[in-house]
Amino acid sequence: MEPTLRVIHGGKEPARELPAEPPPSELSGWGMYPRVQGRQRLSENLERITEGATLTRGLGRSYGDASLPGAPGATVAGSVLADRLLAFDRETGLVRAEAGVTLMRLNRLSLPRGWFVPVTPGTHWVTLGGMVAADVHGKNHHVAGTFGEHVRSLRLRLADGRRIEVSDEHERALFRATLGGMGLTGHILEVTFQMARVPSPWIWQESEQVASFEAILERLADAGRDWPYTVCWNDLLNDGPGLGRGLIVRGRWAEPGEAPARRPPWRSAPTLPLLLPSWALQPWMVRVHNLARYLAHGARVRHAIAHPETFFYPLDVVREWNRLYGRRGFIQYQAVLPGPHDHPRHRQLIATLRRRRGDVYLCVIKDCGAEGRGLLSFPRPGVSYALDLPVGRGTQSLVDALNELVIAEGGRIYLAKDALTRAEHFRAMERDRLPAFQAVRDTWDPERRLKSALSVRLFGDAP
Amino acid sequence: MKVALLGASKGMGRAVARVLAERGDTLCLLGRDRGELERCAADLAVRGAAGEVGIVACDLLEPSGFAPALDAAVRHLGGLDAVVVTAGLFATQEQLERDAGLRARLLAADFANTVQFCELARERLMAAGGGRRLCVFSSVAGDRARKPVILYGAAKAGLSHYLTGLDHKFAGDGLKVVLVKPGFVKTGMTAGLPTPPFAGEPEAVARRVVRALDRGTPVVYAPAIWRWIMLAIRLLPRAVMRRIGF
Repeated sequence: MEPTLRVIHGGKEPARELPAEPPPSELSGWGMYPRVQGRQRLSENLERITEGATLTRGLGRSYGDASLPGAPGATVAGSVLADRLLAFDRETGLVRAEAGVTLMRLNRLSLPRGWFVPVTPGTHWVTLGGMVAADVHGKNHHVAGTFGEHVRSLRLRLADGRRIEVSDEHERALFRATLGGMGLTGHILEVTFQMARVPSPWIWQESEQVASFEAILERLADAGRDWPYTVCWNDLLNDGPGLGRGLIVRGRWAEPGEAPARRPPWRSAPTLPLLLPSWALQPWMVRVHNLARYLAHGARVRHAIAHPETFFYPLDVVREWNRLYGRRGFIQYQAVLPGPHDHPRHRQLIATLRRRRGDVYLCVIKDCGAEGRGLLSFPRPGVSYALDLPVGRGTQSLVDALNELVIAEGGRIYLAKDALTRAEHFRAMERDRLPAFQAVRDTWDPERRLKSALSVRLFGDAP
Repeated sequence: MKVALLGASKGMGRAVARVLAERGDTLCLLGRDRGELERCAADLAVRGAAGEVGIVACDLLEPSGFAPALDAAVRHLGGLDAVVVTAGLFATQEQLERDAGLRARLLAADFANTVQFCELARERLMAAGGGRRLCVFSSVAGDRARKPVILYGAAKAGLSHYLTGLDHKFAGDGLKVVLVKPGFVKTGMTAGLPTPPFAGEPEAVARRVVRALDRGTPVVYAPAIWRWIMLAIRLLPRAVMRRIGF
C-alpha cells in the first residue's frame, strides 16, 4: 500500500551541503568497553550524512566495538534520527522503513494492528539497520531463524558513494554479506521486511524451575518442539550441587479467547540515573539475587498472560542499566556450540567457566536452529550461551580460554557482543566463511573505506 | 483537524506531525525538499493520517512563495483548522559572528520571513472562521539575551513579541495563537551541542505542544520545567548575566 503522493505546488530541489563536522565525543557500545574518541554525524537525512562516513551506527547497543570508528577521531554516521516508516501493508505485513527506526517504536505501532516483528532480540532499543547488520536472533530462532530470513531487500550506500537496492534477486552476494555483516559492506539506508501476524497482542507464558544444568538442556530441547519462544536463565555463580540450575521460560502468542480484550498498556521505563562505581556490583550480590530469583519462582509450573515487553525485553524496564557495571564496563560473551543438547562439550564449557573462576553475572541459554543466509550470521544448529562478564583483570584470559574451547568444538562467537576476541581466534572459528565475506568486500570496497573498531581488530583492516 | 505544517520534515515539526497523524488528523506538509517531504508524507500516512498527506513546496527564505503555498494547502485540506510553523534556522553564535551571509539568512528566516508567513496564515485562518489556531515555535532563547545565543535569541525574541501581540489583538476573535517556547530538545538541530540537564525528548515535547494546540493555550514552555528555568534567568541581575557564560 504505497500512499499516492503528488506535489500540489511545484518547487525545486534545494542545494545540499554536508553539515559542519560534529565535535569529538567519547563513543562506546552498550558494555562501555572499549571507549574511543570519535565524531558522530546526526541528521534526519541519513542519505546525506553517510556520504564519506566510515561506518553507520544506530543506538550503540551492540556491546563491544562493532559500532565504534576504526580509528580514534574518525567520523561515523548516526542513523537514529532517520526513523520514517515508508510503507506498511496492513494486508500482507510487508514493511519498508528507514534504518534508524527503533524496534520499540515499531512494536508499539504494529501490535495494535495485529503484526509483530518476526524475530526480536532481547532489547527493543535497537534500530532496524542494527538488526540487519548483526542479523539478530531471538527466543524463536529454532522456528523462525534470524531477522535476515525475513528481510526482502535493503537499500545501501556503497563505499564508493553509489546507492543501490540489494536482495536475493539483485546482487545476492552483497545482500547476503550485509545480513550479519556488521555494517562493513555498505551503509544500510532502508530495510524492507516481512512482519508476522499475531492472534492477539499478549503472550501466553509458562515458566519452570530446573534443578541442574543437564536437565536444563534436556528441557530446552523438549520445549523447542512445542513452543515458538524458549529461553533459559541460568545461575553459574552458584557453587556446589546448585551450579547451573535455573529457570526455563516458554511462550507463544495468546489466542484472542485467552487474552484480555484490551491492548497491553505501554509503560515508560525509568532511567538508572548514575554511572555506579565499578565496585558497586559485587559477585555476592548477584549470587544472592540469583538464589532469590530461583527460589521465588517455586517448584510448580507457572502460567501467565504476559505483556510482550516484559516477556521479550525484561531488562528494558530500566533504561541505561549498563551503568550498574560502572566505568570499567562489561562485555557479553556469546557463543554457539554445535550438535545435540546431550553432547559432553556443554559440560566442558561449564567446567571451563568453573575452573577460570569466571564471575558470570548472567547466563542465558538458547536453542539455535538452522543456519541463515547471511555470510557471517552468528547462529548455527546447537546451543547458544550468552554470558555477562564484568571487565576486569582476568576477562581477556577468560575470553581466550572460552574461544579455544569454541574453536575446538566447531562453534563460533557473536560479533555484536564481542570486544576481546583475538584476530587469530576469530580467523580459526571462521576459516570456512571468512574468505567469501572478504571477497564481497574486495568487490565492493577494495580500499576498505568502510570499517569499524571491530573490523580493525578482527578482520585486519588498517586503522 | 485540518492542519498545514511548515517545517514538518525535521526535528520538532516531525514529532508534532506524528502525534497529529496518529490520532487521524488531515495533514499538509510545506517545506523545501520535495524528496524529504514525500518520505515524511509516507511515514505519516503509515502512522494513521487521514486521507492523502499533501506536500507543497515552500521555502522560508523565499517569501514570494508563501501565499501560493498556503492557498495550495487550503485547497488540499479542503479547509484549514490550524497552521503549525516549526521551520527555522539555527547556528551557533560563533558561526553567526563569522559569517555575514549566514547571519542574514538566519535573521530573515527566524524573524522577518516567519512573520510574513504568519500574516498570510492569519488571514486564511480568520477567513475560515472562529477558533482556528496558529501555532508557532519560537524559543526560550528569546526570553532573555544570553551570550551563547545573542543573534538567534534576538530573532526569536522578536518573533515571540509579534506572536504575543497577535494573541492580544485576536484572542477570542477568530484566531487562537499558540506561542511555543521549546527549551533544549534532543533533535537534529541540537545534535553536537552539549546536552544540558532538563533536555527534552521530541515525542514528549510534541505531545505537550499538541495539547496546547487543542486547548489554544497562548504560551507553552516545553518541556514544562523551562518556564521556571527561564523565570529564574529573567530575574538574574544584569551584573550576574554579564559575568556568567550562560
